[in-house]
Amino acid sequence: MYNFEFERPSTVEDAVRALAGDEAQALGGGQTLIPTLKQRLAMPSKLVSLTGIDSIRGVCVADDGAVCVGGATTHATVAREAAAAYPALAALAGQIGDPAVRNRGTIGGSLANNDPSACYPAAALGSGATIVTNAREIAADDYFQGMFETALEEGEIITEVRFPVPQAASYQKFDQPASRFALVGVFVARFAEGVRVAVTGASAEGVFRWHEAEAALAKNFAADALKGLSLSADGMIGDMHGTPEYRAHLAGVLAARAVAAA
Amino acid sequence: MPKDGGIGASTKRREDIRFLTGTGNYTDDINIRGQAYVHFLRSDVAHGRIKGIDTAEAEKMPGVVRIFTGADFEGVGGIPCGWQVTDRHGAPMQEPAHPVLAQGKVRHVGDPIAAVVAESREQARDAAEAIEVDIEDLPAVIDMKAALEDDAPKVHDDLSSNLCFDWGFVEENREAVDKAIKEAHHVTTLELINQRMVANPMEPRVVVGDYKRANDESTLYTTSQNPHVIRLLMGAFVLGIPEHKLRVVAPDVGGGFGSKIFHYAEEAFCTFAARKLARPVKWTCTRSEAFMTDAHGRDHVTKIELALDKDGKFLAIRTDTHANMGAYLSTFAPSVPTWLHGTLMAGNYTTPLIYVNVKAVFTNTVPVDAYRGAGRPEATFQLERVIDKAAREMEIDPVELRRKNFVREFPYATPVAVEYDTGDYDATLDRLLEMIDRDGFAARRAEAAKRGKLRGLGINCYIEACGIAPSNLVGQLGARAGLYESATVRVNATGSISVFTGSHSHGQGHETSFAQVMSEMIGIPAEQIDIVHGDTANSPMGMGTYGSRSIAVGGSAMVRATEKIIGKARKIAAHLMEAAEGDIEFKDGQFTVAGTDKAVAWGDVCLAAYVPHNYPLEELEPGLEETAFYDPANFTYPAGAYAAEVEVDPETGKVTVCGFAAADDFGNVINPMIVEGQVHGGLAQGIGQALLEGCVYDESGQLISGSYMDYAMPRADDFPAFRVDHSCATPCTHNPLGVKGCGEAGAIGSPPAIVNAVVDALQGGGIDVTHIDMPLSPGRVWQAIQGAN
Repeated sequence: MYNFEFERPSTVEDAVRALAGDEAQALGGGQTLIPTLKQRLAMPSKLVSLTGIDSIRGVCVADDGAVCVGGATTHATVAREAAAAYPALAALAGQIGDPAVRNRGTIGGSLANNDPSACYPAAALGSGATIVTNAREIAADDYFQGMFETALEEGEIITEVRFPVPQAASYQKFDQPASRFALVGVFVARFAEGVRVAVTGASAEGVFRWHEAEAALAKNFAADALKGLSLSADGMIGDMHGTPEYRAHLAGVLAARAVAAA
Repeated sequence: MPKDGGIGASTKRREDIRFLTGTGNYTDDINIRGQAYVHFLRSDVAHGRIKGIDTAEAEKMPGVVRIFTGADFEGVGGIPCGWQVTDRHGAPMQEPAHPVLAQGKVRHVGDPIAAVVAESREQARDAAEAIEVDIEDLPAVIDMKAALEDDAPKVHDDLSSNLCFDWGFVEENREAVDKAIKEAHHVTTLELINQRMVANPMEPRVVVGDYKRANDESTLYTTSQNPHVIRLLMGAFVLGIPEHKLRVVAPDVGGGFGSKIFHYAEEAFCTFAARKLARPVKWTCTRSEAFMTDAHGRDHVTKIELALDKDGKFLAIRTDTHANMGAYLSTFAPSVPTWLHGTLMAGNYTTPLIYVNVKAVFTNTVPVDAYRGAGRPEATFQLERVIDKAAREMEIDPVELRRKNFVREFPYATPVAVEYDTGDYDATLDRLLEMIDRDGFAARRAEAAKRGKLRGLGINCYIEACGIAPSNLVGQLGARAGLYESATVRVNATGSISVFTGSHSHGQGHETSFAQVMSEMIGIPAEQIDIVHGDTANSPMGMGTYGSRSIAVGGSAMVRATEKIIGKARKIAAHLMEAAEGDIEFKDGQFTVAGTDKAVAWGDVCLAAYVPHNYPLEELEPGLEETAFYDPANFTYPAGAYAAEVEVDPETGKVTVCGFAAADDFGNVINPMIVEGQVHGGLAQGIGQALLEGCVYDESGQLISGSYMDYAMPRADDFPAFRVDHSCATPCTHNPLGVKGCGEAGAIGSPPAIVNAVVDALQGGGIDVTHIDMPLSPGRVWQAIQGAN
């Protein structure tokens, strides 16, 4: 780790101001950033912790039924407090990492980082969530822009993630054996107006929607409806844990299991 | 029933109180006034020529004390290898130089180029980043077979090739084995990989070098399994410091699994730098550094052929193995694929003809050396896998095929140079079958099939050679050290006892189990006995702990010393009671005169030894302290039978271990709870190897499994509850405790059980897969299923 300045503001406005300086970096739960700093792979001049801002922490249900999760809310809090209103989301949060990770890591940190193997991007995209920042609201479909790439501008802070609650949903995660990130994870959500299927872990471009599966499931929300459908291995991740073909195959298996479990 | 705290009691481990309450004293807890810190600048390329190292800017950085490079070690010895193997043609192995800091070339990612000593760790690291190193990239050799090709780049320019040695064993058997295989009714062939492993002890390595100018004495604090061996190797071969001026201390050590046996460059560096700078120098390894500097394990590529007659009787075994040495020869590296591997190829069976060929190869990778089991897991894996494959090919029940070939008469001289003293392989196999309800397996398989899962059962036997070893024998085999063990038993005036052992405990529980042996022998409570280890300043020359040798060799030394103590105490008691020595009986801490009510307690005899007012001074020295060195007459041969029951999800390839049972023959057992714990740990590592772990390099020599994000360490939830049993005991015939050792068995016996079970599951599901290389990760199992379909 190199030396850096540290601030822990208590309001979003102060955080935005603190982040305005050169090479300042927002710090959520630090589950990715701190190891990166320890390896000296990043050298921010200042870290601005978002964990002291009460207004962006916690889970609530809006008037329209959407589950609203503050950007600095930990996975453990979501697992606990979203369980009644959005069980599939809570279950996803409860499977991230281990208890230490879940009690530090935050939804805003995960979505801002957009790791191609993270779980939350699948929930956000699969639910058609809205990413709310200090400056604007971004639809999930516009938010994820490739591996570790998002629509966020420099210094923009995720203050809330608003999840419409589907009629039925499930997230099926297949663990990478070492990291226990998603080797592949599939989030399936059925809404009155249609079905959304989001796949994480598989593609080198990060989380994506499987439109073909969505169309088939919209007609018939049953695992059998996915028979005969398959994803191309082109563009899938290949590494020591699995080939692109394996990941493409797993996405199909997990999508069917998610439909069955939803 | 065992006595409280005596042999056979499951006494809770006394050392755990300090470990669990954070009061242990690990090497990183040692901080000496005036200490500086070292950071090693390590190579990030696998192979390169060092064209220049510019430290000028770095020298000016805050806190820098001094920067060392390979040039500072010219004229200093290199890291020695402790075992010389002679090849098939009678030539000694090729033995490259291993400088403390790289000289001329770097040969693996992690090879140290420079060492910055500074006032703080961060300053040392900052300065290391300011060093400019000009390295000319050279093509790396990673694959062993490619490394042996004529035009392969050479890891060591001054060697004739990348072949360290080509070993044949038993060379005289070669032609007879070839003939038997050619003429056999059936030959089963299997090609397999025993993958490279990283030991990953919980505590990374730490070194503190200290130097006292006043008496010209160096002290090295280090995370070692054998401080005396480090003193010998480093003092004599690297730095030229005589033993009486060099103390090596290995205090509490948080696991080793083999990787802390070896003498490492960082130990020599910190001792050297402390002398140069006349101040203590400390190094604490990071986990990332551990991945690229701790010696790795296994890494064998093998072809094994098993010849059988029409009834399934084994006729001959021929193996062809490439064993990776890495870039340099680690301390005991050459012994692992040879004498610790070839000698075990008979397994539990009467195969009359065996020939083992091993080509040891240098590559641009981290050195490979002993890792829990060391050579014996590699032997067991090949043998027990090929037997399972043969059983399937010949349509013989795999259990029956093993029974047809069991050794049943002891002692048994194998065709691979060792003699099993005792064993009962039917007994452990019978016990195992009782434990696993084999008859109920078909119903369990059918039930799993309803859930879409393929269930498989894998059974295998194993034998290992522990308690290394008769020194004269290993000397003939190339060991450059003796392999006895020592103990000093110091009885204090009030009767309490301190035992100084050359064995080293780094998780094994010696402080408890050795005290139980003493309590049993002397008849005083274990609380009055301390087991002291890990410091060359107080223990006699000892060889340390590895190869499941502590109780068998170190325990035996302690018994021998204690027998001397009891012999002398008996003389003192005879004098005190005015009786003939031959009439003295000793039981439960009391000396009595046979046939009388005369008695004198242990404590009174001890007091008399140190306050010898009424004492036979003409015949007997005062005091009560004895030392013994024990050199074993043979190896010990723990053996057993293991079974794994697994389910495979054919859609994803994921393997779930549903049950695991181990029936072991460890001979006599001192503390059953500790033994069970040792087996559990071994199973976790063996099953971890079978399903999860694996060290992977890419073609350029980058370590792509360099952290826990990619190197899959087993977790508790990867395992079922283990069922373990050690009731089938055939005591060792040649050591005083009848013990065999239990530290490695779990890691040796379990990988073939898992792979056998997965293959059985797939075959049971009509998927014709005969082998999958470890680790059987979901991706690999799925790939194998696709290949079969």
